[in-house]
Formats: sequence, C-alpha cells, structure tokens
Amino acid sequence: MRAAFFMAALASIISVALICVFLLYQGLPTIFEIGPFKFLMGRLWRPTAQHSEPTFGILPMILGSIYVTGGAIALGVPIGLLTAVFMARVCPKPVYRFLKPAVNLMAGVPSVIYGFFGMMFLAPMIFDLFGERFDMVSGSTMLAASVLLGIMILPTVISIAETNIRAVPQELYEGAVALGASHERAVFKVVLPAARSGVMAAIVLGVGRAIGETMAVRMVAGNQTAMRMPYEFLKGVRTMTTNIVMEMNYVEYGSLHEGALIATGVVLFVFILLINLLFSTLNKGREKP
Amino acid sequence: MDWARFLLTWAAGIFTLFMLIYMVGFILIRGIPHIKPSLFSPAYTVDNQSLFPALVTTLIMVVTTLVIAVPFGVFTAIYLVEYSKRGSRLVQVIRMTTETLAGIPSIVFGLFGYIFFANLLGWRRSILAGCSTLAIMILPLIIRTTEESLKSIPDSYREGSFSLGAGRLRTVFRVILPSAMPGIFAGIILAVGRIVGETAALVYTVGNVIKMPDGLFSQGRTLALHVYQLAVE
Repeated sequence: MRAAFFMAALASIISVALICVFLLYQGLPTIFEIGPFKFLMGRLWRPTAQHSEPTFGILPMILGSIYVTGGAIALGVPIGLLTAVFMARVCPKPVYRFLKPAVNLMAGVPSVIYGFFGMMFLAPMIFDLFGERFDMVSGSTMLAASVLLGIMILPTVISIAETNIRAVPQELYEGAVALGASHERAVFKVVLPAARSGVMAAIVLGVGRAIGETMAVRMVAGNQTAMRMPYEFLKGVRTMTTNIVMEMNYVEYGSLHEGALIATGVVLFVFILLINLLFSTLNKGREKP
Repeated sequence: MDWARFLLTWAAGIFTLFMLIYMVGFILIRGIPHIKPSLFSPAYTVDNQSLFPALVTTLIMVVTTLVIAVPFGVFTAIYLVEYSKRGSRLVQVIRMTTETLAGIPSIVFGLFGYIFFANLLGWRRSILAGCSTLAIMILPLIIRTTEESLKSIPDSYREGSFSLGAGRLRTVFRVILPSAMPGIFAGIILAVGRIVGETAALVYTVGNVIKMPDGLFSQGRTLALHVYQLAVE
C-alpha cells in the first residue's frame, strides 16, 4: 500500500514534467523555425497574411502583458497592502469577521464573472469618461484591463500579506510601543518593515496572477495586435494569454500559426516559472529569520 | 500624519468590500430578471438559449474531475505526511512541483490539455480531455488542503492507534482519515469552485459545442464557457 501512496505522490512530478516536455516539444521547433529574434522582438503579428509573407512577432503581446500587469500592480498592490494592514492590525473584530469571508469570496469569483463585470461596467464607464475627448472607439482598453486585474489580484495580495503581517512577532510591536511609539507608528514603522519579505511575496504572487489571467483580460482589453507605448493606455492592447485564446480556435492543425501560439504559451510559461522562482526564494528567506 | 495613514487603511478596507458588493450586486440585479423557466428547457435552440445542457455538462465535469483528482491528491498528501521522511529529497521535489503547478496559469493548462490529451492521446476535444486537464489543475489545491488537515491531527491519535496494535495502513484509514475528513471536504469544495468557474483551460479541451453530453468522449460546454461565449459573441 505504501507503494500506492508513493505512486500517487509522483503524479504532480509527472504532470509538471509532461507539461514542460510537451510545451517545449511543440513550441521550441516553431520558435527556431521563425527565428528566436524575429519571434520575440518582431513587432508585427500577421499570422494569416495572404498576399505577403506571414509574420509572427510577439513583442506587442509581451509588452502588452507587462503594461497590463504593471497597471494592475500600481492599482492593486497599494489598496491590497493597506487592506491587509487594516485586517491584521487595525480593524475591530466584528468588521474582520465580515471582511475575511468577503475577501475569500472575492478569490473564488470566476474570472469570466470579473470579465463580464468589466465588460458591462468598467469599459462603458471608461468610454463615458474619456471617449469623446480622446476620440475612442470603445472602452475596451489597456486601462480597463489594468483596473479589472487590479481588482482581481486584491484577494491574493491581501491574504498573503495579511498572513505575513500577522506572523511578525508581537514583541516587536510591543517594544515599539514601549519606546513611546503610537499604535499607528508602531504598525507602519516597525511591523510592516518586519514583514517586508512576506509582503514582497504577496506582490510577486499578484504579478503571477495578473500575467496569467486570460478570460477577464480577453473581455476588456480590446485585443488589437498593434505595438503600444505605456502612455497609450486608452487604446486596446493584446496580451500573451489573450493572443493564445483568441486565435487557437481557428488555427489549422499542425500549422506554423498553431505552433506560434503554443510558442507564445512557452514564453508565458517561462515568465511564470521565473516569477515562481522569485516567490519561493522570498518564501525561503522568510522561513530563516 | 500617522492617523492619516490609518484612515487610508480604513478607506482601502472599505473599498475592497465595496468592490465585491458592487460587483455581486451588479451581476444579480442584471441577471435575476432574466431567469425564466425556459432557460432550463432541455434543448438549446437559437430562439431559446437554454442553459440546461451546459448545466448538465458542468455537473458531469465536476464529478469526473473529482473522481480523477481526489484519489491522487489525498494519497499524495498521505504519503507526504504519514509515510515519507520529512525533508527528504523526494519530498522537496514533490513540494516544488506542487507549488509550480499551483502557479501555472490556466491557459497554459489549456494548451497542454490540447496538445497532450486532445491531440496526442487522440481523445479529441471531449469532456474526458477537459476533466483530465482540470484534474491536474486542482491537484495542488487538494494536496495542500489535505496535507494541512492531516498535519493538524495530534500525534497522540497515531500513537494510540499503534499502541493498540494497528498497523500504519489501518491507522491511516481507520483513525487519521476519518478525523481529517472535514478539512479534506473543505478542500474539495474549493476545488469544485475552481472547476465550475474555469474557462481558459477548457476552451480548447472540451470544445465549445452546446448539446446534451452523451458520454465522456462527447464535446460540451460548461456554464462558465457558456457565459464567455455569449459575452464575446
């Protein structure tokens, strides 16, 4: 029976190995067929061009992912951290009993529901606010995607940061208060800095969620393949994830186009692995005081 | 200045709560008036976009995915907590891969399912391919929750059982698992939530055909996919 448990325990190892092997097996040859530089740095994505050579450049999508994630971090992290401090050190017990399940519920809302909300509420609101002044065609923009992702990463950031702020030894806080610091000062100047690596871990995990989110972004980002600059946040943008999900449906089986989409997945996967590595390094730093 | 920061934390807490309530309220107020009996008629037609087939598909997928994933997840947790040497090389590797799995975005699972289950194993886009993909996706969740609930059982239970002459296996199945059940169920419920809400991993693995499923190899569309499809059309 021990053997049976052991075999089951191998399942996660086998899964990760299979995922790596098959993504690379299908993706890498395509990258080399297109040319790594042309693929990663190419500014044009025209996979189905009829009259000219099709081009597969995913730089706009890589940048799109980075912009949208950056926007989400700029919005979600301050609010998330403040909420975490609020939950761990500020709010009265009855409020906490209400807020904690609310945050858990927020983490459980499916991404299509967020996407639907963004599509019906955020995008139209952005269009109403800026549409006429900036001559926009729709509210589905980089801004809408950033705001929506900022909301979506809140529960992740909050719950990890809260756990880590709570894990700060009580003596530190008490010491600060004994030295004459007010409750507020002790929390912000002593407890929060002491939880730094945990807070960083929360942010990194938030980045991971934002960069990997697909459906919600697909529904509000506009999905144009054009190169964008960060200040063009009122225009539509396409991320790596949405590139895959938008076009996978009509690719020809075994075509270069399909390979290029899988290769986009490989690039995304590499991003995620780097983020995971960073996260576990931060976590390890926290365990050893 | 410090009290200003304090006010900010209150503002942030209230904002978070407000966002959730606003969103849920928005969906309910927009959605509830459209819930009519005709939505649940067995057949999907162009005039009556019934969600009943999607509902049935979702239920089938939840059950199938759990049947695949729960034994693996629970057994892995049992191995990690009850059998393995703590801190051994293998345990570290299992931990690491589980963490990696938990961090992989669902679209990557979707791509993998499409390459491996749908094309390589020749299951085409089917409920089985979708369930297998989802099973890998929820594996880390089940492992982690089961592990935590196994760890929370006091060692005195194990010692008591051993001293009464029970072997390790009997201890696991008769003493430890029954007392760990609530924690395991909590994990399973979280997993059901993820299965029901998943879209990106399923678009290219279960197909997007709306019909009553007739077996594990038929294509289908879950409720979440249904929402997505209707929204982007």
